[in-house]
Amino acid sequence: MTQDMAMASWPILSILIFLPSVGAIFILFLKKEETELIRWMGLGISLLVFLLSLYLPLTFDASNPGFQWVEKAVWIKTFGIGYYIGVDGISLLLVLLTTFITVVCMLASWRDTTKKLRAYTALFLFTETFSLGVFMAQDLFLFYVFWEAVLIPMVFIIGIWGGKRKLYSSIKFFLFTFLGSLFMLLGVLVIYQYHGSITGVYTFDSTILALTPLAPAVQFWVFIAFFLGFAVKVPMFPLHTWLPDAHTDAPTAGSIVLAAVLLKFGTYAFVRFSLPLLPNASMQFAPLMIAISLFALIYGALLTIAQKDMKKLIAYSSVSHMGLVMLGIFVLNIEGLKGGLMQMVNHGISTGALFLLVGMIYERTHTRMIGDYTGLFKHMPVYGVVFFIVMLSSMGIPSTNGFIGEILVLIGAFKAHWFYAVVVALGILLGAVYILWLFQRVFLGDYHYVGGRLKDLGLRETVTALSFIVLIFVIGLYPKPFLNVMDASFTKLISQMEQNYKKAELRGKTSNVTAGLSDNIAATVKETER
Amino acid sequence: MTGNVLNFPILSILIFLPLLGAVVLAFVPARNKEVLRIVTLGFTLITFVVSLVLLMHFDSSTYKMQFIDRASWMPSIGVSYFLGMDGISLVLLLLTTLLSIVAVLCSWSAVQERVKEYMIHMLILETGMLGVFVSLDLILFFLFWEIGLIPMYFLIGIWGGPRRLYANIKLFLYTLLGSVFMLVGMLALYYAHGNITGEYTFDLLKLYEVVYPYNLQWWVFLTFFFGFAIKVPIFPFHTWLPDAHVEAPTAGSVLLAGVLLKMGTYGFLRFNLPLLPSATIAFTPLILTLSVIGIVYGAFLALAQTDMKKLVAYSSVSHLGFVMAGIFAMNLQGLNGGVLQMINHGISTGGLFLVIGMIYERRHTRMMSEFGGLSKVMPIFAFFIAAIVLSSIALPGTNGFIGELLILIGLFKFSLFPAAVAIIGVVVGPIYMLGMYRKVVLGKLDNPKNKVLKDLNLREVLTLVPILILILWIGLYPKAFLGLTSASTAHLLEVVKTNQVKAGAAVAFNVGDATHAPEQGGHR
Repeated sequence: MTQDMAMASWPILSILIFLPSVGAIFILFLKKEETELIRWMGLGISLLVFLLSLYLPLTFDASNPGFQWVEKAVWIKTFGIGYYIGVDGISLLLVLLTTFITVVCMLASWRDTTKKLRAYTALFLFTETFSLGVFMAQDLFLFYVFWEAVLIPMVFIIGIWGGKRKLYSSIKFFLFTFLGSLFMLLGVLVIYQYHGSITGVYTFDSTILALTPLAPAVQFWVFIAFFLGFAVKVPMFPLHTWLPDAHTDAPTAGSIVLAAVLLKFGTYAFVRFSLPLLPNASMQFAPLMIAISLFALIYGALLTIAQKDMKKLIAYSSVSHMGLVMLGIFVLNIEGLKGGLMQMVNHGISTGALFLLVGMIYERTHTRMIGDYTGLFKHMPVYGVVFFIVMLSSMGIPSTNGFIGEILVLIGAFKAHWFYAVVVALGILLGAVYILWLFQRVFLGDYHYVGGRLKDLGLRETVTALSFIVLIFVIGLYPKPFLNVMDASFTKLISQMEQNYKKAELRGKTSNVTAGLSDNIAATVKETER
Repeated sequence: MTGNVLNFPILSILIFLPLLGAVVLAFVPARNKEVLRIVTLGFTLITFVVSLVLLMHFDSSTYKMQFIDRASWMPSIGVSYFLGMDGISLVLLLLTTLLSIVAVLCSWSAVQERVKEYMIHMLILETGMLGVFVSLDLILFFLFWEIGLIPMYFLIGIWGGPRRLYANIKLFLYTLLGSVFMLVGMLALYYAHGNITGEYTFDLLKLYEVVYPYNLQWWVFLTFFFGFAIKVPIFPFHTWLPDAHVEAPTAGSVLLAGVLLKMGTYGFLRFNLPLLPSATIAFTPLILTLSVIGIVYGAFLALAQTDMKKLVAYSSVSHLGFVMAGIFAMNLQGLNGGVLQMINHGISTGGLFLVIGMIYERRHTRMMSEFGGLSKVMPIFAFFIAAIVLSSIALPGTNGFIGELLILIGLFKFSLFPAAVAIIGVVVGPIYMLGMYRKVVLGKLDNPKNKVLKDLNLREVLTLVPILILILWIGLYPKAFLGLTSASTAHLLEVVKTNQVKAGAAVAFNVGDATHAPEQGGHR
């Protein structure tokens, strides 16, 4: 386990994590009136972080399944909490997605936001810090800290710069995720206690924890606790109701980062922690998870068809798309996992781009109602073409990135059971229905908008949109490097799961654990182990 | 595998030339309409020349794939970039490259709005169509299959008629419905092949090598059937076709009827027959029944139409019923006739949509009642439409005759009843086609609006001349065309006959483990 860990020669990951925060603090000290400077500073810092993050794929060793550029330091010694960060094939693409999306957020709010610009820009940079932390932290406690911390800037972004029902939406968002996270913390503590009581080593280091799996009965409860924490974030049906509200009321850049980055926390955490730490429970719960995912895929798509507000439409489509990601993960084979991760990245790209595009039109007209427009293609051809390509990606049409993820998930799903593949096929079809219908209503037909003729995209907008288009086709036509990156890590993950599964089975037989969630029980476990 | 005699990737060049053209067009300013048209025409002409090079170097004595071109794409899941062609692909490639030129020519004056985007869509469409006919990897095939949909969506959605939005979403969803099921079927084959041989691949030639258990064949056939039958379209999946045709601009109709419908029948020939021979035999009665119903039903619906485009659209349903009946008669005459009729339908129906487009451009109506006596003001037009109508009703001496005759012989050989019913279609065909000719071209020139109509100009004549040449050429000397495909069709038939026997024997051994195998793989 530790032998394939590559320590960092210089703290690149820490720099990536904290550079945005340093920049944010610097921005807070600028003068309020210098709006242009604040904007350029925000863009500059996020660009710098993005360029720095490109160092990772350039020096990434795809044959090494373990963590790379690892930094380890003791943080709170008495509780075994460490500052332990590292990136492997599973988190690499998500780290890149985060740094890329933050640049996009800066560009997207260029004209959109004028109110309290300093705080706004700084909050996005803080969000970047915490998001990168989530994807890099390998210490469960550190992970929890970043996970919770990201809530703060996000709640403020929605609550201050949001739309009509911003207070309601931001509080709902906060309560849902916060309650979920408390359960997750509880789960983390159970693992910590349990591991300590068996081995005598009290630590939150996930790689060490993964060496000694919990007894299946304990796993069962920890899985549920983790599930409550992660599923809210995904969001999985029926815990998704905060999402449409948060999206509708968030400012454009907030929606982008929420959809593209924050929704990936949940699915990432399932892969990173639930699968290797709780393999028996994961397998036990897999049928249920698959059922929920398939239901969400279809149900989300049906809800999407009925939407009249573009942002709500995209928000509900996320429920459907994230169902596909979850399905890929819980069919528990390598194709499905790769497809799931690929779909996380793809969803980040396509949904991020869709929110960006809806934001562009909203900036012009201040309405997002589908019924308010028709025939936009006529006066906004560039916008129309970009929108269409992003839609193709969202539908998973071959030659776009969406297809690569979809076909992998399909292959994985079929491997588990042919019926799953049929349901996915139906979901894909429904996806095409709402997307095409949206395009028809808004872009085709004769031009009509009450406010008269609308301007096509400007240079800044075109460049922002173009970066998404490039990604869509590069991944779609040449997916090999992206899939190669994850190969080794997923192979290792699966073998680790299998090993832990067997170990835990043995442990389950030797101890008489009755399921429970308190320290007492962990203590009983300790007794019986002896 | 014959490999590639030319030693350079001519098929890649062929399919990506139009796409290159689209990229070039992107850099031409939108106001230079004439330049845009000429560049597009130039690229379709070069593509046509490249397809002629293929014809020259084609070895018609073998059924094996030629001009092979392959590269690694997604090796971890067995997907490769793999192109190759046989005789059946060749004739369809030639049809596609030729009709693309025709389509560009016929949009020369008909399309004045947003010429740049229009031409870009035409060229992307050509790449998609050519790609379908040369892909030997299932995923690559699927990619081109779907890509063809997108430009078509725009051609109808932007340059189409009044009900274009409805027609468009119907076309797109119908086709997508079929293709997602096809994709699931492809995965089933992928796993079956992997379970039997240990190699997981989407390589068509490797998939050919295995005899699949009957049970699996049956289900995969069903999914492929949905994908292809919707595209053909086979009765009762045809309802999207009249809508799409009526709303599409002329060039869209020409390519839709001429090439896109052939993608469905080609799919049956390339996938269903050789991969799933036992299921093919099992499905034959059903498909023959649907085809024969389609022949008669399409013909009678065509009879009732007042809009010329709708008439031709329904006649397509009837004619493609013939093609399908020919293919599934499962003998050499039927199969050869079916393949030839694919080409013939492309030529004659493409031609009909062209001439209808020409008078629509002049009068902006397609109602037959608006016309009459056009032969007096438009004699050249009257000549061409007569030639194409005669080809469509399969008059001896035209291409249609050879195809239809072969199909009928094949059907008779198979069984008397379907052949007898198909004859009804042969009889009704001339009634509606000649009826249209009579109403539009013959009779009195009593509508004043028609008196001032100009006859065809040089460009329009040039558009129609290649169609006329092909009608007579195939009609009088069919050997040249049948010779190109005969090796492939004979082999196809042999594969179906022999593998069907093998699969019958394999059932006892394989059916148990191979059908359940896909279910075991999960939850490791």
